[in-house]
Amino acid sequence: MIAFSNVNRDFLVGDQQVHALRDINLTLGAGEYVSIMGPSGSGKSTLLNLIGLLDRPSSGVYKLDGLDVTTLDDEEQARVRREKIGFVFQFFHLVPRLTAAMNIELPLILGGVEVEERKERVAKLLESYGLKDRAEHRPEQLSGGQRQRVAIARATIMHPSVLLADEPTGNLDSATGKEVIRLLEQLTEQGVTLIMVTHDRDNGNRALRQITMVDGRIVGDKRKSD
Amino acid sequence: MKFSDLLRLTVTTFVVYRMRSFLTGLGIAIGVAAVILLTSIGEGLHQYLLDEFSQFGTNIITIQPGKSQTHGGNAGIFGSIKPLTMEDSDALHRVPHIEFVNPSVQGNAEIRAEGKSRRSFVYGAGPDFPRAFKMKVQMGNFLPDDEAGQSRNFVVLGHKVRQELFSNTNPLGGYVRIGGERYRVIGVMESKGQILGFDMDDIVYIPAARALEMFNRAGLIEINVNYQPSADPNKVVESIKSILTARHGREDYTVITQEQALEVMNSVLGVITFAVAAIGAISLLVGGVGILTIMTMAVTERTGEIGLLRALGAKQQQVLMLFLGEAILLSAAGGLAGLIIGMGAAQALHALMPSLPVQIPVFFAVLAESTAILIGLAAGVIPARRASMMDPVEALRTE
Repeated sequence: MIAFSNVNRDFLVGDQQVHALRDINLTLGAGEYVSIMGPSGSGKSTLLNLIGLLDRPSSGVYKLDGLDVTTLDDEEQARVRREKIGFVFQFFHLVPRLTAAMNIELPLILGGVEVEERKERVAKLLESYGLKDRAEHRPEQLSGGQRQRVAIARATIMHPSVLLADEPTGNLDSATGKEVIRLLEQLTEQGVTLIMVTHDRDNGNRALRQITMVDGRIVGDKRKSD
Repeated sequence: MKFSDLLRLTVTTFVVYRMRSFLTGLGIAIGVAAVILLTSIGEGLHQYLLDEFSQFGTNIITIQPGKSQTHGGNAGIFGSIKPLTMEDSDALHRVPHIEFVNPSVQGNAEIRAEGKSRRSFVYGAGPDFPRAFKMKVQMGNFLPDDEAGQSRNFVVLGHKVRQELFSNTNPLGGYVRIGGERYRVIGVMESKGQILGFDMDDIVYIPAARALEMFNRAGLIEINVNYQPSADPNKVVESIKSILTARHGREDYTVITQEQALEVMNSVLGVITFAVAAIGAISLLVGGVGILTIMTMAVTERTGEIGLLRALGAKQQQVLMLFLGEAILLSAAGGLAGLIIGMGAAQALHALMPSLPVQIPVFFAVLAESTAILIGLAAGVIPARRASMMDPVEALRTE
């Protein structure tokens, strides 16, 4: 469902050309659980941004569910992001002035979903993520684990097919981190493709497919045999 | 995205940034309040002056000698202007639909009586003067309708002149000397007070023919004609012109209807009110700069949020609308507060100083509010565009 062919991404930093991604060829299937590891500056985040349609490749083709999404205009890309892709960030990225419930509701608001349906879907998610009594709390009143659960609830409320997680445990203690990882893994069982960028070897090694990047190239791509 | 959601999201920012939003809105509120207050006073003065002018009635036509014209070549014979005479005035009685004709000569003279003396305004008038100008005689009678050329030396005193010269004694039948001639007092006018700063009570009225002699004038200063309210003023003017032109041989006089005079004044006062509104609008503009500043700051502060919204699938246009909506709502709310403050201030001013006429003009209230909204829109466009054009990857990187 995700297919990169000969994708390059170059940046101009000052007057120097930086090759963030070089000739990436990658195919990911539905429901795969993938970790992307590698040192800083290896292009992990750039790859994630490209998959999430936040960025466009300098050359090459990216097909999502068979559709060439590199040529879409801003409005179409926004729709694809809204409907097919969920983001989970290291720093949660919750809107500080909105309640937990409203943060979760945001994608539905942007999508123009009717109020009743929104309420129902948000309530359901709050319940299943154990945030029911935290619905009217603002992010600052929540613990780190609760914040990331709100973020995951927000990322999944549109039932995306791809979930992109950039260091989702980077800002959490190890116990809470494990809890969050388990939550994300449960989603893959429901058929969501989970792509997780991480520095953490333990977390990365849990993934069924492990991609290693160095200097903008994929240098390792192994699957757990079991 | 629904409008109600846009509103809800915008309101949350106002709640969080209470103080900042309040101060920014206040900038606009002060601007709108200034426009409302200034135009209220302007409009009040406007109305006041019109009322003052029209309290003599609006169906008055004034004829003055002379006409501003430019002639080719030597002015010569064309330049000579015949004065308006008492005979001209009498002739105008023939105009159809005419109620009153009043010949008028004015000047200053020394008035003596009972060993006191006072310089006052001397008004040479016709017998119909009180009815023509809606003035009342308090005691005695107004000047009689004497045969042409046989006006007797009668005087009617203004309220103040009578008090100053005769105190509380009955002046009727008494004599005063005006410019050296003896006049018999036959009446006293009711007090009228001041009109546009001119004391209507510090006047004595004598027959126009006597005033012409006293001031050694060849002609009247003006002739006032009252026509029936039902009559067509244009037709009356035409009749007046045909009679006077026949008498003078050509149109060497000017006919001004009250309507024309009011129109001129109306437009002058309208310009003043507008100018005052423009001064108020400057503070509105300053308020707009405040919104621009605050929105620019908001976009910078909420860069991470903008990145997030894009990641969640917000279109550029939705981001634009969110910030633009915020700017417009801020200015609209500020403007509304300004309307209330301005109207309240105008009413309070009126309560404190009842002599100051105040009238809140609906036109300027609507104009000020829509200008406020427009300013919000203009001030919001640049920051909102910047927000919508942000690279989401860059935006998400800022925390």
